[in-house]
Amino acid sequence: MRIDDRLIHGQVVVGWAQALSPDRLVLADDTVAASEWERELYATGVPPELDLEFVSVDEAAGRLDDWDGSSQRTILLVGDVDSLARLCEHSSQIRKVNLGGIHREGQREERLPYVFLTDDELAKLRALSSRGVEITAQDVPTASEIPLGEIL
Amino acid sequence: MSEPLIGVVVTHSAMGAALVEAVRCITGETEPFVAVSNEGCNRQALIDRLQTAIGEAQGVVFVDLPGGSCYQAAAQLEHTRDGLKVVAGVNLAMLLDFVYHRDCTPDVAAARAVKTGMRAIRTVGS
Repeated sequence: MRIDDRLIHGQVVVGWAQALSPDRLVLADDTVAASEWERELYATGVPPELDLEFVSVDEAAGRLDDWDGSSQRTILLVGDVDSLARLCEHSSQIRKVNLGGIHREGQREERLPYVFLTDDELAKLRALSSRGVEITAQDVPTASEIPLGEIL
Repeated sequence: MSEPLIGVVVTHSAMGAALVEAVRCITGETEPFVAVSNEGCNRQALIDRLQTAIGEAQGVVFVDLPGGSCYQAAAQLEHTRDGLKVVAGVNLAMLLDFVYHRDCTPDVAAARAVKTGMRAIRTVGS
């Protein structure tokens, strides 16, 4: 489970796909799920051997149990903290979250070179963490994993 | 076409700037190109960076990886604005050729870049 506002891009389909050997890639994003043009755009970089699914955040929430119980290894991607919080409200299947890239926008402040968060987003992550979700930042597989506690 | 096309090289890290510098070493020309890196950008930030680099000009946007974040930003811009064509899989051969073939439409220049770039990928003697 990764948060990355670039959604499907090189770090995911090259770097992480090599490191994790997933069978399936799921992008849970309301805007992309609703637009055929955007779906085609994001599908361009995905290798054909990887099953690709586009779903809305609500659809993803309903299918987390299926994915979790399946023998297929799945990378689940969302674009922001709010989407993650919505998923976690629906299900306790999310146990670990990778902060992969959340970039400068609006009121966000720099926490790491690739992680910018508003105070509200930070509070949401802290709340999830206190409920037992392990949250760490790591942009690429060869980088060291930084626990949420160290980036606040 | 009144003005020659510009070439925008949009890549991960400093690859675009290095390609433009390599073109300069070989041809002495830098004027046709602008290099843009995706460093620190989400898609909208990269689109904004591209807008600034291109202005109102017409041209070809060369990106490194099909489906990567540079490709997505460039494709989004191509979708919303006239006078731009995106080519993925940029290499030095296509940029060198582009220097001397910029008095045409973006579509013609992009098709030519794809052919030239593909012809340059080969094993020795093939």
